[in-house]
Amino acid sequence: MRDDGTTRDRDVVLSSRVRLARNLSGHPFLNRASETQCAQIVRSTQQVLLNASVAEKIIWIDLDEINAHDRSLLVERHLISKNLAESTLHRGVAISGDEQLSIMVNEEDHLRIQGLRAGSDIDAAFQQVRGTDLKLEQQLDFAFSDRWGYLAVCPTNVGTGIRFSIMVHLPGLRITNELGKVRRAAKELHLAVRGYYGEGSESLGNIFQISNQVTLGSTEEDIRDIFTERIMPALIDYERSARQVLLKRNPTLLDDRVHRALNILRSARLLKVDEAMKLISRVRLGVCLDRLDVPLHQLDDLFIQIQPAHLRQHVNCTLNDEEELEIRASLVREVLKDAD
Amino acid sequence: MKCDLCNKPAVVHEVTISGGTKKEVHLCLEHAQAAGIAIPGQQPVNKMLSKFVIGNKGGDTPGHQRCGGCGSTFGQIKQANLIGCPECYRAFEDQLGQLIEQSQFGHREHVGRIPQKMHTPSHNEIRARKLMRELDAAVTAEQYERAAELRDRLNELTTNVEPEPEGDRDEG
Repeated sequence: MRDDGTTRDRDVVLSSRVRLARNLSGHPFLNRASETQCAQIVRSTQQVLLNASVAEKIIWIDLDEINAHDRSLLVERHLISKNLAESTLHRGVAISGDEQLSIMVNEEDHLRIQGLRAGSDIDAAFQQVRGTDLKLEQQLDFAFSDRWGYLAVCPTNVGTGIRFSIMVHLPGLRITNELGKVRRAAKELHLAVRGYYGEGSESLGNIFQISNQVTLGSTEEDIRDIFTERIMPALIDYERSARQVLLKRNPTLLDDRVHRALNILRSARLLKVDEAMKLISRVRLGVCLDRLDVPLHQLDDLFIQIQPAHLRQHVNCTLNDEEELEIRASLVREVLKDAD
Repeated sequence: MKCDLCNKPAVVHEVTISGGTKKEVHLCLEHAQAAGIAIPGQQPVNKMLSKFVIGNKGGDTPGHQRCGGCGSTFGQIKQANLIGCPECYRAFEDQLGQLIEQSQFGHREHVGRIPQKMHTPSHNEIRARKLMRELDAAVTAEQYERAAELRDRLNELTTNVEPEPEGDRDEG
């Protein structure tokens, strides 16, 4: 995913994602499909995805053929879900060369088309999945009903099948104990609040994924507009206000917190992933409040680079538990050596 | 052979040989279905069950209607909160309506985009039918302001005689 760190609202929004759930008519959904039928769905969609000109360059990855380590790499880059990586069904994914588009085959639905962008560029991701959907439907017959729209495996996805999602960094709201209010408001607004790796995952480094839950009864544009014009600005403002409260209430405490985090990161010899993410989160807060000078995109990239599969990729060999902690600490020290 | 769990005839038989030990499971249809739903990870039982179910579509009893496409019952769908195939939406239209309404916080009908291939019935007709249904529901619920709003939208739609250009529906 292209990431120069200059995108709008980057202080709060790390990335944006839009996804469509689509199923093929005349085929059982995956929970009722035989092994042969699952394999047939992969075969019939693979060629279409590769030849539909949905991106300048498109790569097909047969997820049955690659090892668990490579699947974890794709999860850590948010190009496939944990569910898809861990599934025992025949499955695959088509990914654009710039990693802004990924189309998962045989996740929960036959197809999950997702557009990804750094920062808060929901609209670009939306336009990309819309364009991809239009191209694919010329060659694939998607299950659709007049009453319920695009038919999905789970009733929570029926209708438009669209999910707008942002990955947000909320250290201000966490430190000021306002996250409970965010969760309550999200529930009232029918939004899901999830962890770093989506459904069923924990929040790491005060990073959360927020997405719409209702996919039926409104047009795609209306769902988008509510998400981008009402929900996102309110959440971003809330987090920024919380950060200002921290700054005004006790700037010394804030400085202590962020500088202490930076110095641990620059001197630690062993780092666990959750500890590293917590400390990078504090440094990121300091950067956003002009207490430290580190490029934001460097920190956001670090969140990904310190994940286990990326570390193994970095050193190009398998690592035992202690080696992993050591390599992580070494990588972090290297990246942050000039931070001030 | 009888079911391991009751006295009914066993219709699903699973044999597992692991570490030199042979393990056999024999289940009647009801217990096999229950095992299939409750333990989705047990692939062999599920696979045998789905084949059996598809092969026995004709033997349904009232209240245990099966989808003609995949053999799912509504009970199975409700328990797993997962629908079996596109045909299920037709087979269980009424029951699914309630399930979907609950999952979608009261929303009942699609108003978003339509695949370009679907030219008949026209988008206006579909919208008019939806509005009629919503209008009926609003009148029944004595929501008169909502009913008036829906009536106006319906009038607008039915007096609009301009044909929609092909392939340009709901694209915005």
